[in-house]
Amino acid sequence: MVLAKQVPDTRNVGKDAMTAEGTVNRAALPAIFNPEDLNALEQALRLKDSIPGTTVTVITMGPFRAAEVIRESLYRGADGGYVLSDRAFAGSDTLATSYALSCAIRNLKDIDLIICGRQAIDGDTAQVGSQVAEKLGMNQITYAEEIVSVKDGIIRVKRRVEKGVEVLEGPFPMLVTVNSSAASCRPRNAKLLMKYKYARIPNELQASNEDYTTLCNSRDFLQIGEWSVNDIVCDPAELGLGGSPTKVKKIENVVFQAKESKTFTASDNDIECLIQELISNHTIG
Amino acid sequence: MNNLFVYCEIEDGVIGDVSLELLTKGRSLANQLNCQLEAVVIGHNLKGIEKLIFPFGVDVLHLADDKRLAPFTTMPHSSILIKLFQEEKPQIALMGATSVGRDLGPRISSALHSGLTADCTSLEIGTHEDKKTNKVYENLLYQIRPAFGGNIVATIINPDCRPQMATVREGVMKKEICDANYEGRINQLDVANYVSDADFAIAVIERHMEKSKINIKSSPILISGGYGMGSKDGFKMLFDLATAIGGEVGASRAAVDSGFCEHERQIGQTGVTVRPKLYIACGISGQIQHIAGMQESAMVIAINNDPAAPINAIADYVITGDVETIIPKIIKYYKQNSK
Repeated sequence: MVLAKQVPDTRNVGKDAMTAEGTVNRAALPAIFNPEDLNALEQALRLKDSIPGTTVTVITMGPFRAAEVIRESLYRGADGGYVLSDRAFAGSDTLATSYALSCAIRNLKDIDLIICGRQAIDGDTAQVGSQVAEKLGMNQITYAEEIVSVKDGIIRVKRRVEKGVEVLEGPFPMLVTVNSSAASCRPRNAKLLMKYKYARIPNELQASNEDYTTLCNSRDFLQIGEWSVNDIVCDPAELGLGGSPTKVKKIENVVFQAKESKTFTASDNDIECLIQELISNHTIG
Repeated sequence: MNNLFVYCEIEDGVIGDVSLELLTKGRSLANQLNCQLEAVVIGHNLKGIEKLIFPFGVDVLHLADDKRLAPFTTMPHSSILIKLFQEEKPQIALMGATSVGRDLGPRISSALHSGLTADCTSLEIGTHEDKKTNKVYENLLYQIRPAFGGNIVATIINPDCRPQMATVREGVMKKEICDANYEGRINQLDVANYVSDADFAIAVIERHMEKSKINIKSSPILISGGYGMGSKDGFKMLFDLATAIGGEVGASRAAVDSGFCEHERQIGQTGVTVRPKLYIACGISGQIQHIAGMQESAMVIAINNDPAAPINAIADYVITGDVETIIPKIIKYYKQNSK
């Protein structure tokens, strides 16, 4: 089982990323597969390659377009996936998100291992993985760089933390969160891309201009699972904004106090003047 | 009851800097709230550790000392904290935004159903009025953090759930001894009451921890490179400059993500916060998440070929042009002009 998230690409934020009112202009940012979730997917696919009988299922939570994450996973070798999507989840903080995800995961039986990225680049909180583990009563290994081995229900994981590496070992079921220092995800496989190109969730079929319904209905593997709040066993009070203990009090656009600055060109004369000034005021030298 | 707790990380008998910084911040928040500051240390061979803790103004030190509790593993540490927090009902719980605190914090917040805000850059006390219910909350913890890649700063609150939990990165808060002779009380926990055998299902097979050799936090001069350096080779120039004028090399997230240099050098919201005497930003456009980590530098020189780069707004000196030509010139004229 892999948990993945579709995120706005916050790494290359352009000038038009913020609206005049100081809110985030999501339309200006491309939606991408959260990078560390791709690292996580690769670890899962490696287990599938090395251990016969392994099935890799991907779950994502978000709007309908998050189905793209499932398709990308299928192109790379995942066996199937589910999109957890409902207005009831809107405004969820990490705790409400992990609650919804853990309820969805309970829909699936016989899960030995959940792998997810350490954190998503739009929030950088690194909380959902550990919280899902707690809610499911699983052990967790965070900051993983490599799943070293899986043998007789025991998983051995190398983790990379600030000051070094650690190798931990523990029994299934287990939740592992993966760092960006782990192996990159394999590229899309051309055959799988052809096979799953038209894989859709029911809601996409309804919204789409082109009608793939007949095609999807005739081929099971093109049907991506879609779960709403009615498809999971949960307490609605724990979901969304209402189920989130943290509230956003205010959001400010970041404005730094502009300093009065001296401007220099790259000419020799300018650089020498600057260096002499820095030496004379004892900043350097 | 209703006090402020700080979880202190310990490695080889040394309390982590981030924990001492949190104790310093915790002491000032506790003064504002008129409550006690309590610290939790979980590990092995903790005798005498209070001498390192009490000077930061800690009123109560909770100690869980057992050889199975070191090195850190998630389950026993979280079981102890969860039960301790259920008994003591702190109003605020702080921990470092390290691989330990970020592993532990979410687990505890999930178990206690309390809100946790990661990587706060500022913590303040304030009030909040809920417009729907007209309920006024006094003395809430404002958890202030950059969000959305650092483009906005959000103030997060937990009006109803306790403890209000937050993690803070190392170097963000200042570390300051409150009173060398401060007298606190030790509460020795009976570890067996807090953990079960199942908590020890995960075994540590190998462990190689090193003291980080790179110390960008304490260097008075920092030469920092961004995506504009172009490549790993481009970064060599920065090391040359650092050697010439006696500084360390830092990097922006974009440069680290592109593999130009190691993660230990990353400055900004997801890296280290620095306050050097001189900060030279080379080929850094100045995304807010980077500026957040260096804006307290005493002097900033920005070298960038874009005259409109955001970094220029906070720089004392702006050099507009190509870094590849400017840096060798700086080295050259520095050598000529210094004795």
